[in-house]
Amino acid sequence: MKAPRLPRPRAIKPPPLPGPPPGPFRPGFWRSPLRGPWLTSVLGSILLVLITVVAVTGLISHSAYQPDVVGGYNATVGPKGDIGPLISLPSGAPSWAYALSQGAHITVGLIAIPVLLAKLWSVIPRLFAWPPVGGPSKSIERLAVLLLVGSGLFEFATGVLNIQVFYPWHFGFVRAHYYGAWIFISALALHFCTKLPTVRRAYRERGVLRPLRADLARTRPEPYEPDGLVASSPASPTISRRGLLGLVGAGSLALLIANLGESAGGPLRRIALLAPRGRVWGTGPNDFQVNKTAEFVGVTQLASDPGWRLSVAGAHAVKLSRPQLMAMTQHTYDLPIACVEGWSTTQRWTGVRLRDLAALVGASPAAILEVHSIQPTGPFTHTAYPASQIRDHRSLVALSVNGVDLSLDHGYPARIIIPALPGVHCTKWLGSMQFLET
Amino acid sequence: MVGFRRVYGSNPLHLLAHLGVFFIAGWAISQILGAGFAINWIAWFLGAALLHDLVLLPLYSGLDRGLQIGVGRSRRGPPAGTYPEDGAPDWIRPSPLNYLRVPLVVSGILLLVYFPVILGYASKNYRHDTGHALAGYTRNWLLICAGLFLFSALVYSVRVVRSRPPRPARVDEQPGD
Repeated sequence: MKAPRLPRPRAIKPPPLPGPPPGPFRPGFWRSPLRGPWLTSVLGSILLVLITVVAVTGLISHSAYQPDVVGGYNATVGPKGDIGPLISLPSGAPSWAYALSQGAHITVGLIAIPVLLAKLWSVIPRLFAWPPVGGPSKSIERLAVLLLVGSGLFEFATGVLNIQVFYPWHFGFVRAHYYGAWIFISALALHFCTKLPTVRRAYRERGVLRPLRADLARTRPEPYEPDGLVASSPASPTISRRGLLGLVGAGSLALLIANLGESAGGPLRRIALLAPRGRVWGTGPNDFQVNKTAEFVGVTQLASDPGWRLSVAGAHAVKLSRPQLMAMTQHTYDLPIACVEGWSTTQRWTGVRLRDLAALVGASPAAILEVHSIQPTGPFTHTAYPASQIRDHRSLVALSVNGVDLSLDHGYPARIIIPALPGVHCTKWLGSMQFLET
Repeated sequence: MVGFRRVYGSNPLHLLAHLGVFFIAGWAISQILGAGFAINWIAWFLGAALLHDLVLLPLYSGLDRGLQIGVGRSRRGPPAGTYPEDGAPDWIRPSPLNYLRVPLVVSGILLLVYFPVILGYASKNYRHDTGHALAGYTRNWLLICAGLFLFSALVYSVRVVRSRPPRPARVDEQPGD
């Protein structure tokens, strides 16, 4: 039987106990009329595409260091427990393949930042959902979202600071960024699966692009649902949805223009006003970007010593002076130096082919190569290369660049230059090379 | 199955998928923490989320709210350029809000991303790595900001001029309502 309805004024209705604390935990606190499943779906869809590019190019970069070459010199994250390279550049890839992949990793990562910020803005009311802990499934979901947001922001923050060589932390960047990526990728894949029905529903009900047709005067909140993203008492809009997406796009475009030139080069380099490595230092043949100067790594004296000899060992061993190396058949190729930080620059390198040196010491075509720099300390003073890279006719011990001797900063007296290889593996200030039969 | 759903709140696949992700995350975290500096890494992992959710987002939301209030105040009263005594249609000057938001947001994002080079935090490592002093980034950022605000002001001016009501004389010729 229905009880007779009593006229009860709202004011004396007792609040449900325990109610949310004041402030952001109350549903009425969040008032933007733009928040809703459609907006979050659009931002999430864009982000998914961008982050997929960043993840794939990131894994390519991990493989490009060739951590699986015998000897373990190249393992940037420590081989113990790592699952090994997953996605690699195809062998025989064009020389610019790593520059393109890593340029995309950095550039697409940067342009994703405004989208990521907008995406997080669009779901911020859910952070303050009340009660904070629901049933087991809800609690487990919240933990997964913490992993997703924590790892996502961690990956972007550490990546952004790394390209500007600013390290306000104690942990190793490469290891933390690589394993952080696994947390991010797995949490994102799960998030994609759990949210796919919500996204499909939003697109089905509102259309994929239809809400973009509404100008400010026609911008209405999405339908309210309790415990959702839509404000319970929305304010009147101050920007349309397409305006908000345009604002995000303007942020991404600005980052694109500000940074792309350090990877793409050409006239774009001049407008890459904020790219950490966007500058050309002068018009000289050695004035292109350098990573780690001779002075900084303390190799100046050793590298300028006329008594320098390159030890090359295989079936037998030789010691070669610079004039002796210059007397061997010289080859010239235009090859990029492509840094993991995203910048790259293509220069004309001249030197001796690795495979000629292998033949000189009687190494077989299956031999791998280990090189040591005369650089006294620091990472990447030892590097190993697989047989396929030694066989590549463009792989050189470079002695000169753009028609002149290498400068000290670019690796004088001799350096490695190999197509589609991360810059730090193009070892500078060569000291010794060992061809090892496997 | 129904019992599981009642206790857990969702289907078993939901639990399995989440446990799978926690397993991968656990493996990744142990790989990171195995290299030491555990507290520092955890502080960064949680700090990034907390700093964004509890500092950055409230900060820019608050700034935007302040901007809305400021713009709203400046637009109170009869808008400039209307001719009420001539009986012209009410004309409200277009809001400058979004013409301020765009340059503010874009220059803010550039600062957020490039603050180490703009504010010189990276200067020591930059010199070691490049052999050159870290210079010019502050100037470049300020130039970009200036360009963005000037461009936005120009677009806004055009918008204001184009939205002005027709002259009162022409209004008189229109049929009254």
